[in-house]
Amino acid sequence: MDVIEEKRLDKKGYRLHVIPSKKYKTTNVVVKLKAGLERDTITKRALLPYILQQGTNKYPSARELRTALDDLYGAVLGVDGSKKGENHVITLRLETANEAYLSTDEQILERAVEMLSSILFDPKSDGNSFDASIVNREKQTLKQKIDSIIDDKMSYANMRMIDEMCKDEAYRLHVHGYTEDLEDINEETLYHYYQKMLAEDQMDVYVLGDVSVEKAEGLIESAFAPKQRASSAESKKTIVEQTIEDVNTVVEEQNVQQAKLHLGYRTNITFGDPLYYALQVFNGLFGGFPSSKLFMNVREKHSLAYYAASRIESHKGLLLVFSGIAPKDFQKARDIINEQMALMKEGKFTEEELKDTKDLVVNQLLETMDHPQGLIEILYHQVLAETDVSPDQMIERVKHVTREDVLLVGEKIEQDTVYFLTSKGGSRNE
Amino acid sequence: MNKISYDQLKETLYSEKLANGLQVFLLPKPEMAKTFGIFSTDYGSIDQTFVPLGEKDFITVPDGIAHFLEHKLFEKEDRDVFQDFTKQGASANAFTSFTKTAYLFSATSNIKENVTTLLDFVQDPYFSEQSVEKEKGIIGQEIEMYNDQPDWRSFFGTIQSLYENHPVQVDIAGTVKSINEITKDDLYTCYNTFYHPSNMTFFLAGNFEPEKMMRLIKENQDAKQFEPVSELKRRFPEEPDRVAMKKNVIEMPVSVAKCMIGIKEQTDRSSDETFLKEELLTEMLLDYYFSKSGEYYQELYEADLIDNSFQFETNIERSFGFSVIGGNSTKPDELAERVKQMLHGLKEKKLTEREFTTMKRKKIGQFLRAMNSLEFISNQFIHYHLLGIDLFKVLPVIEELTVKEANDFMGNWVDEDRISVCQIVPEQG
Repeated sequence: MDVIEEKRLDKKGYRLHVIPSKKYKTTNVVVKLKAGLERDTITKRALLPYILQQGTNKYPSARELRTALDDLYGAVLGVDGSKKGENHVITLRLETANEAYLSTDEQILERAVEMLSSILFDPKSDGNSFDASIVNREKQTLKQKIDSIIDDKMSYANMRMIDEMCKDEAYRLHVHGYTEDLEDINEETLYHYYQKMLAEDQMDVYVLGDVSVEKAEGLIESAFAPKQRASSAESKKTIVEQTIEDVNTVVEEQNVQQAKLHLGYRTNITFGDPLYYALQVFNGLFGGFPSSKLFMNVREKHSLAYYAASRIESHKGLLLVFSGIAPKDFQKARDIINEQMALMKEGKFTEEELKDTKDLVVNQLLETMDHPQGLIEILYHQVLAETDVSPDQMIERVKHVTREDVLLVGEKIEQDTVYFLTSKGGSRNE
Repeated sequence: MNKISYDQLKETLYSEKLANGLQVFLLPKPEMAKTFGIFSTDYGSIDQTFVPLGEKDFITVPDGIAHFLEHKLFEKEDRDVFQDFTKQGASANAFTSFTKTAYLFSATSNIKENVTTLLDFVQDPYFSEQSVEKEKGIIGQEIEMYNDQPDWRSFFGTIQSLYENHPVQVDIAGTVKSINEITKDDLYTCYNTFYHPSNMTFFLAGNFEPEKMMRLIKENQDAKQFEPVSELKRRFPEEPDRVAMKKNVIEMPVSVAKCMIGIKEQTDRSSDETFLKEELLTEMLLDYYFSKSGEYYQELYEADLIDNSFQFETNIERSFGFSVIGGNSTKPDELAERVKQMLHGLKEKKLTEREFTTMKRKKIGQFLRAMNSLEFISNQFIHYHLLGIDLFKVLPVIEELTVKEANDFMGNWVDEDRISVCQIVPEQG
C-alpha cells in the first residue's frame, strides 16, 4: 500500500493541504469553511450550500453550471453543511477524472479548480445581493428538506434524541436550520452573511490525487489569489462535560410499525484527548461491530432487533446507541443494553476480544483511508481538534490501547438520555 | 490461469474456471491497503420456482427464502461466522438482490485466512429448526423497518405497478407471514440447488499476490466433494408487455408526498453487446434529461414539482427490467402528468453530436470514479459477467457509442403501455 503524506502550507487566509497519490483514478479538491454553531446563523448556513450550486456569474443557471461540469468528464460537485462538535462546517467537493485515464490532452484539473473557485467566490449576484428568484426557490427546497426529516424515522429519532439531551448546548441546533427563520431571510441578508462567512470562517483547502505539491500550490494560489481574507477565526470551544442528575427518559408516539430505541451517553472524551483511541476501542467492543455486545445480545441472543449498534460523536463527546425493535420490547431491550454497558464498565471482555476489536478499528481506519473523501475527512479531524497526529500515528495509538485504558473510558461514560419513538398506544406496554 | 491486461484502465485481471465449475477472478491492486472478496451465487429473490437438485418436478418456495438463507448461512452449530472474521481483523457482510446472493469481506490483514473463511462458511451450511425460528424475530424487525420507510415503499410500489406476475414484484425479504412458513428443509433444498460451485463466482480485488492466491483457492476447492454439474431449471411466469397498474396509490403517515414514475423496460435483446449498449443508453438518457444539468430536471424544479430528493435509477436483468424516476413532491399528480408527457415527447427528440459528446464524457467520468471502489468493481464485474459482458471493456464501448445509435434507441424507448405511476400520500382522516 502507498504511504500517505500530507503537506500543509499556510497561505494568506487559508490553509492548503496537498496529498499527492497515484492510488485513485480521480482527483479531489475539497474546501472546508468552519464557524461556531449559532442559533442566529444556522439557517443561513444551511441554505448557502443550496444557493452556491444554483449558478455563478459565468454560468448563471444551475443547468449551465451542471452542463459545464458534465463536459468536464462528469466532474462531480457536492456542497453541504455539517455539525462537527459545536462548529458548523460548509464543505465544497469537486471530483474529476484523472487525465491519465482519458483519451484526451485537456487540462481538466485546472478547469476544475477555476470552477470550484467561482462557485465559492463568484456565485450569481449583483455584488450586493443574490438572485431573488434563486433564494426563494431554495428556501422552498430547504423547507421541504426540514419537513421531510420526520418521514425517515431513524434520522428523526437521532435528531429528537439530541434535542432532548443537549437542550442547553449549541450542539442541539439542527443542521438543516429552522423553518421559522426562512421568512426573514432574503437575497440581501443572505448575501451579507455569505460575505461575512467568506471573510471570517476558517478555511482549509485539500487537493488529493495524482498531482505534485508544486502544481497543486500553483493552481490553488492563482484561483484563490484575488480573494484577500482576514486571518481565520479561532475554533469554537465545544462544551463536553455536563452534570447529569437523573437519566431523562422521553417517549413519543407516532404511527409506526417499528419502534426506535435510542440512548445517549456522555463520554467526556473528544478527538484531541489521549483516551480518544481507547474510546474507539470501547465503542467497538460495546456496539461498533457485529462482534460487539449489543449485536450479540440484543440481536443474536434475544432476536429483538435487526440492528442494535452504537457510534461516537468525536468532537462532542457523545456515545449514541440506536436500535429498531417491536414496540412491546422497550423494557426488555433497554435492560439488555444497560446490562451490556455495565459489563463494559466492569471490564467483562476477554483479552482476545480486546485484541480483535483493536484490529477491527485499525482495519476500519485503513479502509476509510483507501477512499479519497474518507481520507480527507480523517485529515480534517486534525484541524477541528487542533491536533497534529498523522494517519500512521493514529493507527499506532489504537494498537497501543490497553485494558486499563478501556476501563478508564468506562469510568468516564455516563448515561444521559433515553429516547423511545413508539407506535400509537405503544407506551402503555411499558 | 488466464491473465488479461487492460491498458487504458491500467488493470490486470487473472481468472480461472475450476474443475468443480467455480469461476474465480483475481484483481491485484497493490496500491490499496484493503482487499475485498465476494462469493456470489446466481440466485436471488426471483428464483422461487425451480426443479430441486436431483428431482424432476418444479416446486415453488415461500417469498423471502433466498434472503432468509443468506442470514442463516452465517450461523454454524457452534458459532457465528461474523466472529471468525472478527478474529482475523475483517468485516463481513452479505446481501440478497433480485438475482443474486453475495457474501463478502473486507480486510487489511490476514487475507489468506479470510479468503478461506469466506469459501468455507458459504460451502458448509448448518440449519436447525431452533435457529430458523430464532431468525424469524430478527428478519421480522428488518421487514418492519422497511415498512416504515416511504422511499422503500415507493420503490417497491412502483415495481408492483409495473409487474403483474414476475416475482420481481415480491419484496426481497418476503413478508412477516411468508417467512413464518419457512422450514429448515426448505433452506436445504434451495441451498443444495443454487449453491453448487458451478452456479457461483468468486471475485477478489486488492492487496495480494495472484499466483499464490489462485493456488490457495484451488487447493481449498479440490479438497471438497460436490455433486456433478447438472443443469439448473428455473421458471418464470408469463409477463405481459404492458404494466400491471397505471397508478398505484399507497397511504402512509408521511408529511411530504412521494411520486414515482416507472418504465417497464424491454428485455428481449438480441445479443450481449446490444444488452450493454441499451443499458448504457437508458442510463445516459435518463441522466441527460433528469439529472441536475437536464432540461427536464430544470423545468420540474422551477415549476416547484420536485425537490432535492428527486432521483432516477435503472435495473435491467435477463428476465425483467425497469427504470424509476421521482421523489418528494407537494403536487404528485401534476408531477406524474408532466413526467409522462416528457417521456412520451422523447420520441420526437433528436440529440445533436455536441450534446451526445457531453453525455459520453459524463458517463466516462462516472465510470472512472466508480472504478476507485473495490466494492463497485467486484459487484459490477460479477453482475456483467453473468450477463456475458466484461466490465473492463465497458469504457471503449462508451467511447464508441454514436449519436445515431442513441437517437434510434430513444425513438423506440418508451411507449404508453409501459409507463406507470406510484404515489405515497399522507393518510386520509
